[in-house]
Amino acid sequence: MNIENIGFETINLGHGSGGELTRNLLDNIIFKTFSNPFLDQKHDGAIVKIDGEMAISTDSFVITPIFFKGGNIGELAIHGTVNDVAMCGAIPKYVSLAFIIEEGLKISEFIKIVESIKKAADESGVLIITGDTKVVERGKGDKIFINTTGFGEVHPKANISVHNIKEGDKILVNGYIAQHGMAIMSEREGLEFESTIESDSTNLNFLVKDLLDAFGEKIKLFRDPTRGGLGTVLHEIANDISKGVFLKEVDIPLEKQVAAACEMLGLDPMYVANEGVFLVVVDPSIENEVLALMKNHKKGKNTAMIGKITTEHPNKVVMQSLIGGKRIVSPLVGEQLPRIC
Amino acid sequence: MKYLSEYRNLEATKKILDEIHKITTREWNIMEICGGQTHSLVKNGILELLPEKIRMIHGPGCPVCVTPLNLIDKAIELLEKGVIMCSFGDMIRVPGSKKSLLEAKALGGDLRILYSPIEAVSIAKENPNKEVVFFAVGFETTAPANALSVLHAEKEGISNYSILASHVLVPPAMEAILDDQFCTIDAFLAAGHVCAIMGIQEYYPLVFKYKIPIVVTGFEPLDLVQGIYMSIKQLEEGQYKLENQYSRIVKEFGNKAAIEVIQKVFEVGNREWRGIGEIPNSGYVIKEAYRKYDAETKFNISNIKVPENASCIAGEILRGIKKPHECNEFGKTCKPANPLGAPMVSSEGACAAYYHFSTHLTD
Repeated sequence: MNIENIGFETINLGHGSGGELTRNLLDNIIFKTFSNPFLDQKHDGAIVKIDGEMAISTDSFVITPIFFKGGNIGELAIHGTVNDVAMCGAIPKYVSLAFIIEEGLKISEFIKIVESIKKAADESGVLIITGDTKVVERGKGDKIFINTTGFGEVHPKANISVHNIKEGDKILVNGYIAQHGMAIMSEREGLEFESTIESDSTNLNFLVKDLLDAFGEKIKLFRDPTRGGLGTVLHEIANDISKGVFLKEVDIPLEKQVAAACEMLGLDPMYVANEGVFLVVVDPSIENEVLALMKNHKKGKNTAMIGKITTEHPNKVVMQSLIGGKRIVSPLVGEQLPRIC
Repeated sequence: MKYLSEYRNLEATKKILDEIHKITTREWNIMEICGGQTHSLVKNGILELLPEKIRMIHGPGCPVCVTPLNLIDKAIELLEKGVIMCSFGDMIRVPGSKKSLLEAKALGGDLRILYSPIEAVSIAKENPNKEVVFFAVGFETTAPANALSVLHAEKEGISNYSILASHVLVPPAMEAILDDQFCTIDAFLAAGHVCAIMGIQEYYPLVFKYKIPIVVTGFEPLDLVQGIYMSIKQLEEGQYKLENQYSRIVKEFGNKAAIEVIQKVFEVGNREWRGIGEIPNSGYVIKEAYRKYDAETKFNISNIKVPENASCIAGEILRGIKKPHECNEFGKTCKPANPLGAPMVSSEGACAAYYHFSTHLTD
C-alpha cells in the first residue's frame, strides 16, 4: 500500500472528523483492503443474508504492546471474535470493525495492522462488512483500540450448552497453554526478557466445524480460555453446572520455555491468557475419536485429554499435582501479580 | 527445566513420603518459615500426603504480609504527592488503612510494577524532573538488590531516587516466635532463599538456645518433603541440629558479595512487623551515609499509627497460633478480591494459599 496517497505520516484528529481526511483514509486503506460486495455498498450499515440461527459476539482489543512476537492487535481482533462466534457452535461469516485511534499513530503501523486484519479475515473465511474509525487526542487512548463484532450461522448439528454437560464427560484442550500471555509479558516495559515464545493467536473455526460435522451434539461445550486462562474458565464451567472438574497437572500441555518463563516471573500458567486455545467437553463415548480428529488437524496437533466432569467436589476444580497431591484451582482475582521473591 | 523437574518427581517424592510415614510415631508441629514454602506445600497438595500426626504451621516469611500498614499508607501518600512509585507486584493490592496502591493508581498515581529495583534507578534517570521511589520490602533475599539500587544511584549521581525501606530479618522473628508463650513449634524449616544470601551460621545459636531442629529447606515438592523428613528424623531420635537440605543453593557462609552490598547500605535496627508488632533488631535501616536515599527522611511523610481491622487475626496466623480456615472471616468477608488483611493478598500469604489451593476449603 502506498503511504504517499494518504499524504500524512501519522494519524491526526482530522482523520476522525468525518470530512475529507477521513474519506481519504477510508478510501485509500480501509475500502481498498477489505473490498467486498457488502462493504462496497458504502451504506451506513451492511445488509447481509444469514441462514437459520445466528451467533453474535463482540469484543474490544486494547492490548499493549500492539505488535508482539507472533502477531499484532489487528489479527488478534479477528481471531478473538471469530473464535468467540465459533465457540457458540457457529460458522463465522461476517465481522464489523471499529477503530479508536490515538492521534500520532504512524500511518505505516496502521497499515500493517489493517493488512494483518485482512490476512486473518481471509484465513478465517470472514468478510469485513461494516466499521467505524474514530481518532482521539493524544493521551486519551493507547495507540489503537479495536472493536470487532462477529456474526455466524449456527452449525445445524450443534447443540452447545454448558447445561448439556454430564458427570463423566471428558475435557480436551487443543494445545499448549499460556503462550499468548507469556509472549506479551516478555515484551512489556520493565519485564522484557529474551525468548522465542510466540503468541498462539489463530483462528479455530475450521477445527470447530470439523468437530461439529463429525460428532454433532455429542460435543457439549466449546470454550476459549483467553483472559483469566484455563483455570478461570474451568472454574466458571464447574460453577455453571454445580459439578466438579478433576484435572491432572501432568496432562496439561505446557511448552518447556513457557513453563520456564512462568517459573521465572512467578506466574501460574493456569491463569495466563491464550488466543489460539480452546477446550472441548465431550461425551466419554467419543473421547478417543475426538482426540484423534483434533490431533490430525493443524490447529490441534498437541491436543490432550486433561480432565473430566465429576459429581465429587461440586463447584470446584481440583487438580492432582505432579507429586500426587491435590489442590483447588480457584478463579483468577484481578490481574496475576508477580511475587516479591 | 533442569533442576526443577527432578524436584517435582512423583516416585522420588513418594519414596520420602513413605519414609516419613514409617518413622513418625507421635505428633509434631513443624513451622515452615517462608511464604514461598507455604505456597508450594499447599499448591502441590503436600499437606494431605503427610501423616495426620504432622502439623505444618505456616510462618511469618511473607514480606507482603509483615510490611506494616502505615508503611503502605506512606507509599500511597508519596504516590499521591506525584512521586513515581515503583513496587514489586504483589505489594500493590495490599489494603492500607484507606486504600491500596492499586486503587491509588486508578485515581491517577504513577505506579510502576517492577521485577528489579535497578529498573527504578533507570526510571529515575529517564525522568530527572520527577522523584522516583522504590518500595523496598522483603527479607534478606531482596535486600541486596535494593541496596545495589542505592549504590547504582550514587554511582551515577542520580539524586531523584530513594527507597521506602521495610526490610525484615528471619532469625529475630524466629526467636520472637519461640519466646511466645503459646509457641508449640517442635522444628523449623528455615527459608532456603534467605539462607542463600546470608548463609546458615546465624541459625546455630537458635538451635542450641532453644534445643530445636532447624533444617534449611528449598521450595520444590521434593525439597519440602526432604526437609520435613530430616526434621522428623531428628525429632524422633531426640536430636537437635542445624541441617542443610538445600545445599545445592545454600552455602555455609552465604553469598559474600551480596552480604557486602547489604552491609554497605543497611544496618540492623528495630522494625515493626504487621500483625506481630515491633521486634528489636529485626530489620534493616538505611545507614547514615545513605540517608539521602531514604524516602522517609527525604519526604516529610506523616507518621500516623493506624489500627488494623479488628476482625483480622493476621497476627495469630503469622505466629502460627491459628490456621487460616480457623478465622471467622476466612472466605466470607475476607477474600483475595476484598482482603481484610495482608495474608489474604499475596500468593505467599497463608490465607491466600489456603483460599486458592487448599482442598480443606470445601464450601
